[in-house]
Amino acid sequence: MTLTSVTRWDEFMEGIWRQNPLFVMVLGLCPALAVTVSAVNALSMGLATTFVLTCSCVLVSLLRKLIPKEVRIATYIVIIATFVTVVDYLIQAVSLALYDALGAFIQLIVVNCIILGRAEAHASKNPLLPTLINALGMSAGFTIGLFALGSVREILGAGTFFGIPLFGPDFQPWVVMVLPPGGFFVLGAWLLIFAAIARRKQRKLAEATQNA
Amino acid sequence: MHESAAQIFINAFLANNFVLAMFLGLCPFIGVSGKLETAVPMGAASTFVMLVASLCAFGINILLDHLGLEFLRLIAYIVIIASTVQLVEMVLKKYSPGLFRALGIYLPLITTNCAVLGVALFQTAREYDFVQSITFAVGAGAGFTLALVLMASVRERLQLSDVPAVAQGTALSLMLAGILSLAFMGFAGLGG
Repeated sequence: MTLTSVTRWDEFMEGIWRQNPLFVMVLGLCPALAVTVSAVNALSMGLATTFVLTCSCVLVSLLRKLIPKEVRIATYIVIIATFVTVVDYLIQAVSLALYDALGAFIQLIVVNCIILGRAEAHASKNPLLPTLINALGMSAGFTIGLFALGSVREILGAGTFFGIPLFGPDFQPWVVMVLPPGGFFVLGAWLLIFAAIARRKQRKLAEATQNA
Repeated sequence: MHESAAQIFINAFLANNFVLAMFLGLCPFIGVSGKLETAVPMGAASTFVMLVASLCAFGINILLDHLGLEFLRLIAYIVIIASTVQLVEMVLKKYSPGLFRALGIYLPLITTNCAVLGVALFQTAREYDFVQSITFAVGAGAGFTLALVLMASVRERLQLSDVPAVAQGTALSLMLAGILSLAFMGFAGLGG
């Protein structure tokens, strides 16, 4: 592997792990909690966001020299809203059941802070290729986060995974997990786990430097 | 749809609280709810934006329907919201600079508050008439403010208690929000 491909890979992994939009930066909470009642919903929401995030960042990056600085936020929002409209009509055409399950939250991708944040912080300053890699990494991180939330909530709250029953007929579903409070609790629990891992890593690092 | 105005208000305010039951407007809910004195004006500013956005969205929707341009709805709504937020920002900057500084980055971020766009989108999807739309917007704004104030009060108390270091920050806020949300589930069915 050449040096550049290593850094490219690092940049991609950044969105998945070190700067994960959901678990580290805690952005885009509204769709993350509202639609993750099942693994399928979570995955489709992740893919829809991936499409919008990637397309808008690419377009913003291509137009970055043409957009006047004063109206840049408004321009970004209009670009994002255009792609969201595309996704909205696309999902409606492909699967009406999915469209009904996700409801207004497809259109609410417009106000997902991750997308505007990426457009402003990264795409507006970088050429096409780094922007594309960064956008793909961030979307992958977001999708993984949604999937982690959605599968835990579906397994605990309904006893199924992708609609397939996991436990015997005696299983008593933990209904609160698919209700609104469950969303807060599961995300809180994931954040606790990540914080605990980060602290342990830090402690080990401190011990290693002390011994050295 | 034959919901009375009172039903719509109670539903948006308590039973289907925008923040705690429908997960709209979580960014300011987690971000600005540290102190009680910023929570109240933040709620008021958002409510005002919701009301204006709801009125404009109602007008724009009729216009777009008339012209057969429904696919422009989302873009039109978001532009209206962005302009209203700009207006609130200018007014606050002139008449209350202290408050303007206290709200900081979260004021322009009302634009990307899903609760505001949510009001506009839901009233369109549910085909509310004029009075219903206004009631819905006010109820949603009041519900948002209530959630913000409740959360800020709890978090102010929490500063004095001994929380394990690993749980501090966002994880703790989310757990609190979960408990508040559980409490709000008790209102289910109140709006009929």
